Amino acid sequence: MVEQNLLLLLVLMPFVSAAIAATLPEDARNAEAWLAGLTMLGGVFLLVILYPSIQDDGIVTRPVHWVSSIGLDLNFRIDGFAWLMMTLVMGIGLLVVIYARYYMSPDDPVPRFYACLLAFAGAMAGLVLSGNVIQMVVFWELTSLISFLLIGYWYRQQLARDGARMALIITASGGLCLMVAVILMGQIAGSYELDAIIAAAPRIVTHPLYVPILLLFLIGAFTKSAQFPFHFWLPNAMAAPTPVSAYLHSATMVKAGVFILIRFQPVLGGTNEWFQIVAGTGLLTLFLGAFIALFRHDLKGLLAYSTISHLGLITALIGIGSPAAMVAAIFHIVNHAVFKASLFMAAGIIDHETGTRDMRRLSGLAKFMPITATLAIIASAAMAGVPLLNGFLSKEMFFEATYVWNNGTFLDNAAPYIAVAASAFSAAYSLRFILAVFFGPPSRDLPRTPHEPPVLMRLPVALLVIACIAVGVFPQETLGVVLQTASESILGSKTPEISIKIWHGVNPALIMSIIAMTLGTLIYLSRRTYIDTGEEGPALTRRFSFARGFDELMNLLSTKLPRQALRLTSAHGLQAQLRALVLLALAGAWYAVINLEWHIPRPTIGQSEVVFALLWLVGGACAIGAAWQAKYHRFAALILMGGAGLVTCATFVWLSAPDLAVTQLLVEIVTTVLLLLGLRWLPKRNEEIPGDDALPARIRRGRDLLIAVACGGGMAAIAAAVLLTTPGVSVGDWFLRNSYVEGGGTNVVNVILVDFRAFDTFGEITVLAVVALTVYALLRRFRPAPESVERPRPQREADEQELQDYLYIPGLLMQWMFAPIITLAAYLFFRGHDLPGGGFAAGVTLAIALLLQYVASNVRWIEARLTVLPIRWMAFGLTLSTAVGAGAWIFGYPFLTAHAQYVDLPLVGKTPLATAMLFDLGIFALVMGAIVLMLIAIAHQSLRVAPKQRKSEGEAT
Amino acid sequence: MELILALAIGVLVGSGVWLMLRPRSYQVIVGLCLLAYGVNLFIFAMGRLYVGAAPIMPKGGFVDPTAYADPLPQALVLTAIVISFATTALFLVVMIVSRGMTGTDHVDGKERLS
Repeated sequence: MVEQNLLLLLVLMPFVSAAIAATLPEDARNAEAWLAGLTMLGGVFLLVILYPSIQDDGIVTRPVHWVSSIGLDLNFRIDGFAWLMMTLVMGIGLLVVIYARYYMSPDDPVPRFYACLLAFAGAMAGLVLSGNVIQMVVFWELTSLISFLLIGYWYRQQLARDGARMALIITASGGLCLMVAVILMGQIAGSYELDAIIAAAPRIVTHPLYVPILLLFLIGAFTKSAQFPFHFWLPNAMAAPTPVSAYLHSATMVKAGVFILIRFQPVLGGTNEWFQIVAGTGLLTLFLGAFIALFRHDLKGLLAYSTISHLGLITALIGIGSPAAMVAAIFHIVNHAVFKASLFMAAGIIDHETGTRDMRRLSGLAKFMPITATLAIIASAAMAGVPLLNGFLSKEMFFEATYVWNNGTFLDNAAPYIAVAASAFSAAYSLRFILAVFFGPPSRDLPRTPHEPPVLMRLPVALLVIACIAVGVFPQETLGVVLQTASESILGSKTPEISIKIWHGVNPALIMSIIAMTLGTLIYLSRRTYIDTGEEGPALTRRFSFARGFDELMNLLSTKLPRQALRLTSAHGLQAQLRALVLLALAGAWYAVINLEWHIPRPTIGQSEVVFALLWLVGGACAIGAAWQAKYHRFAALILMGGAGLVTCATFVWLSAPDLAVTQLLVEIVTTVLLLLGLRWLPKRNEEIPGDDALPARIRRGRDLLIAVACGGGMAAIAAAVLLTTPGVSVGDWFLRNSYVEGGGTNVVNVILVDFRAFDTFGEITVLAVVALTVYALLRRFRPAPESVERPRPQREADEQELQDYLYIPGLLMQWMFAPIITLAAYLFFRGHDLPGGGFAAGVTLAIALLLQYVASNVRWIEARLTVLPIRWMAFGLTLSTAVGAGAWIFGYPFLTAHAQYVDLPLVGKTPLATAMLFDLGIFALVMGAIVLMLIAIAHQSLRVAPKQRKSEGEAT
Repeated sequence: MELILALAIGVLVGSGVWLMLRPRSYQVIVGLCLLAYGVNLFIFAMGRLYVGAAPIMPKGGFVDPTAYADPLPQALVLTAIVISFATTALFLVVMIVSRGMTGTDHVDGKERLS
């Protein structure tokens, strides 16, 4: 049990540390490094504790139940192979953190760097330790996302932004393919658990969808591991800081691709398709990467292509898929991570100390930094596969795997030759790295005078190089057991007894190795001048640039095609777009209405019907009048619209909806005031708009009138169709029955809003808050139209005194009304649970009380006496509602569960007291704050321009 | 009663749609308000019409749902009223700002050329 929780800790710890790291101050370089370092060290420590139980039991799992009813659970599992990968992630992570402390310049914002790096370690841990394949894909995409942030760390550089974007697009779209593949596999296996899928391997391999699954899966793995033809993102990702490259592009992220290949080799492997595609791609990438690497002048570029090449080697081994090849693949993952991370760090040191990474400028550095030079030389010898170093051993195993007979296909026969050729180039570029950088005459025109870096910056490189030598000399003693455990978790009973020896006698693999080394040395030494100074690679690879092709593809997909589509499909202007929408809705409704059977009963005409009809005669006339007058007589249209609103309100009263009537009436007032405030900023409409009476305009109006009549008629028809049927059982009945028993209120509408469906209301008030803040934010930057800035004509023509007296009596009345309206608001609020009223109504009422004060006197006078802080009201309201909702958690109920009770208060009597009322109080505060904020923001516009106006008047006189 | 209300909804929606298709932003605002009335009434009417039967109950005990108005559409409309107010406010501000920035109150920010 303890081990299981440690497993969970292993995933969570980096994320927690990342969150802490992100909050540390900008210049806390040491604190950040300590935090990150201790986290990584803790990870290594946890892994050490976990190892015995893995060795004994094989697998340790830690399920985390989430939504088990739909099969959505998290499952963390660790086996020997995952343990080995995790050790790389945490171990190399630790070294990278130490290195980065000295690499990053004091100007770089380190919290972002360490937070991303730690989060990346967490995502890798999640990926490696996932026992559920969906979860695995989620962490997979998370690594892509965080690597985007890390590659783009120096986001002010164009190269970093481009490289980050390219890496994200390629690896994340690969991740999507992978997701489809694992979903299909999960569907076939009947479970998304990794172990269940592995057990279902025979069914998956024989399934008709096997080839599509395989292809999608491989796209996912190949994009991540930078296999041909997706390899080009990796060299472009070299714009990242070097610690990032050392971590992501040698040890972790690119290894995720080969990790998942190995994970799923027991499921998808063993077929001819697998062999041909995986081994073929791997060999091609191995050769191409090594070939291109030889011609790169940039140190990190060389290392990037070398990484591509080595990943190709691992992929090829997995493609071959024999037990020995799989062991070799796992072994090479470790070896490559160790020597490549040290080489990246060494390249970073060189860059750091000399100011350049261009091998044409670097020369003779062994004299300036002998220790670093020695370390780098050993590491690149390991990369070349020189005996007594770790690279040699796995390369021998690779040669062995290509040489033995597998299936006799063309690819199988060609494999040894490709392997030797690629190794020759590998030896050549390693040799170039050593000779060009460290030997030869000392370089002169370097940006900085090179010297040894701080000891601690060199330490990680030294440790890794020591690992190279230790594994190279004592392979069995250092890695034998671990490798055995890791291989067993993949191969099961087929695992061979692993015994790695340095000397196997003269066998084909050794001969191939010797040929490759000799050939490599010859290639480099014979064409040295051309390689060292010539252009980057032969003409063919230069002309055929994948990165450029990718850019063009992206340009096509993200700019050209959308533009074409927009040009073809978009309607010009808002009117045309709205017309299209309305017509579409009309057509949809037409299909619904056309099939209805109509049974219109003979309407009974009583007294109430006549009155109702008269009422709506007025309402309809108001609506049509508003529609008619809105262009030239805005004020009249506003009043007419208000008339239609009042009739609506009366309808609510008539038809047993008192709550709606109250709210409608109050909102009506506020809306009218709001629009009145807005009227001022519209252009004057004293004369007719040019062309308004011309034929085209008349035709447009006629067409729109037809549409409008059709819509109105259709809506009336649908409404009638529904109203003439007898209702079925409504959900409302349930609310009616349970409102008092469960919600403790007799006003069912209010109980629904604050109790049964409180979450909807919660969302709604949040929307209201967002709208109010948007209004406020928009108006802060608002520039009014120039001709609206003048004070209105009546104000200008009247003298000051007249203005003061203008609304004297009404103003006084409005001031007197302040307290009564507040009382009304309180009254509406408290009766809300049992009688019409509630938080909404009360909030709007209080807002109106404040508004009246603004109307009654001038703004400055009122603001000198009354301070309203609408944003605080809103914040209070939202916080209170959330707190009430979250409070239910304390008692073990879901969010927003309400509790109702009646309490006997002295004097007042029996009073309903529900937590829902507190929630209602939150609604009240928020509604009030939002409305006041919006109205004041609009009203203040005239205040903002007024001083300027006075000044210009003063100049005029 | 039902037919009158249906016609009323039709008139409100028709006026609203006509205004929504007009070129001046103020017309569109008024149109949206009228449309909101129509739609709110429509949603409200989905619970059928009750005269003299508010969804306020006596305290305690079991009640017969048929004697009360359907509370659910009312709750929905109550929300809708507040939200349509918010929409109007937001649109009004967008209108004011757009007018300030483009110098015209045409919905496309520029007068029709033809």
